[in-house]
Amino acid sequence: MASKENFLVGIFDNEEVLLHAVENIRDKGVKIKEVYSPFPVHGLDEALGYRRTRLPIAAFLFGMTGTITALSTQIWMLGFDWPMIIGGKNFFSIPPFIPVTFEFTVLLSAFGMVGTFLVVSDMKPYKWPRQYDIRSTDDKHVMAIDLGSNKIGKEDIRRILKDNGASEVNEKSF
Amino acid sequence: MNDTHEVSDERYIFKPETRTKLFLLLGAGLVVFALGVYMAMNAGHGEHGAAEHASAAIDKNMVASLSAPAEAAAEGEHHGSAPWLKRVYTTLWMNNVFFAGIGLIGLFFIAIQYAAQAGWSAGVKRIPLAMGHWIPIAGVLMLVLWFVVKADVFHWTHADLYNAQSPDYDKIIDGKGGYFFWPMAKGSFPIFYVVRMVAFFGLWYMFFLWIKKEMLAEDLDGSNQHWLSARKYSTIFLVIFGYSSSVAAWDWVMSIDTHWFSTMMGWYVFASWWVTGLALITFIVALLKEGGYLKVVNANHLHDLGKFVFAFSIFWTYIWFSQFMLIFYANIPEETVYFVQRRTVSPYSWIFFANLFLNFVLPFLLLMMRDSKRHIGMLKVVCPIIIVGHWIDYYLMVTPGVMQGNGSLGLLEIGMGMIFLALFLLVTLSSLAKFPLVAKNDPMLKESLGHHI
Repeated sequence: MASKENFLVGIFDNEEVLLHAVENIRDKGVKIKEVYSPFPVHGLDEALGYRRTRLPIAAFLFGMTGTITALSTQIWMLGFDWPMIIGGKNFFSIPPFIPVTFEFTVLLSAFGMVGTFLVVSDMKPYKWPRQYDIRSTDDKHVMAIDLGSNKIGKEDIRRILKDNGASEVNEKSF
Repeated sequence: MNDTHEVSDERYIFKPETRTKLFLLLGAGLVVFALGVYMAMNAGHGEHGAAEHASAAIDKNMVASLSAPAEAAAEGEHHGSAPWLKRVYTTLWMNNVFFAGIGLIGLFFIAIQYAAQAGWSAGVKRIPLAMGHWIPIAGVLMLVLWFVVKADVFHWTHADLYNAQSPDYDKIIDGKGGYFFWPMAKGSFPIFYVVRMVAFFGLWYMFFLWIKKEMLAEDLDGSNQHWLSARKYSTIFLVIFGYSSSVAAWDWVMSIDTHWFSTMMGWYVFASWWVTGLALITFIVALLKEGGYLKVVNANHLHDLGKFVFAFSIFWTYIWFSQFMLIFYANIPEETVYFVQRRTVSPYSWIFFANLFLNFVLPFLLLMMRDSKRHIGMLKVVCPIIIVGHWIDYYLMVTPGVMQGNGSLGLLEIGMGMIFLALFLLVTLSSLAKFPLVAKNDPMLKESLGHHI
């Protein structure tokens, strides 16, 4: 088992306070690991400085994989490997392949997107999610700060959090 | 949200320069059209004969199992007007159906927004409202044009098709006669057909006036009651539109190919109208935004409009393919003839593929990315492509059924398209200048201003 990771967990009651706090705390040079909130807070992504998701690119690539796989499989199977007469059409005719191609494109891009999302948001199978504070599922906004990756000392960060409206600051180790 | 006051009295000014540009477009259209007519009149009989040959060849190959004698007789007997005049009639009818639909989509768009209680669109609803002013003009044109073009464009109007003693008697068309002529005798005056046309335009225009009245009254007294009334009219209109748009598609487009039928045609015509209308709304919003108007619109609203255009380009393709696929697979001659005519006959075959390329491949690839939907520059490229693409789509729906192998897409058609476009934009923009550009009392405006995606 790896050495323990220590976190400072700030609890916020109000999303307006949270948004300002995020900006101010980042300005002070403190790195925020993640913020958990019970509902989507508009502008939080920008305040945290997150880059825009690249999920659409993944979706496109998965979709293209589906298109190419479905088309080439059907062309090879029905055109060359085992030609069958269906409805008197040519062995190699594109229109009948389109529905399968379409469905397979949708299937792969949807599954691929869900899979990618689970992996990048750290929700892999057999990985128990870290619960910084159970109240983030109810009515509190929870800010997690990884002490290991911050050069500023624990007490200084605690003070900064308090100054910026955190209603309480706890310690948490995993 | 605090800039509400700043934008409240924004008005579009229809500048003389813009008007001059549109009149130039109109003039250029007239010149191109006249040139096209001149060229078509002097095209000579050689071409005509060759084309006749081509259409005869299709008849032999494809319609052999169909009631070939009737078809041949129709070709022989009803020569009708000279080919150039037939082309003029065809393009007149096709353009009017196309632009009538765009005007109608203006009203349909507004109705959808009200029925869905959509908030994001509050700032742009005046643009489709302006487009709706084309509906009465299109209605009058449609009725007048119908009487002018009927003998050449609508094969089913010929009386001897319904006379069992006549050599031209057509059993299939006779069977469909009631749909046109009820309650009068088949082959007389198609009262049912004309009443439908008048009733549809009458209903659409009535609902347009009601909804417009509520939208403009809201500007003055700010009561939410207007929004609720507009929603009520919108929902009723949507139900009526659902049926009438389909029946209109059968009447105005599908009945040109009288023998042929497709249960997808109502949807197909609607899908084409809808995506064109969305593209034009987006295009006008983008141009206004660029011209410094519409301060209430930002990249988020453009994104939503772009998503609409993108999604319904794919929807149109889906409908196109659904119609094609079933006919292709079933391979019943009286159905396949429609696509054989369009894919294998020389003037139409390139248009057949251009249609898919312009209306599916290009919008799909160009609008796929989030950024391209949010940038005016890209929308200004894609929307005209879609509008031209669907103009070609309507050309392909209407022309082969009338012109058979004699059709072509030349100066005559392009000129008429320019004339209609110029007139449509003149009506739209001059109407847009008559009321405030932004509904300052719309209860959804606040939500629209805070719209963020």
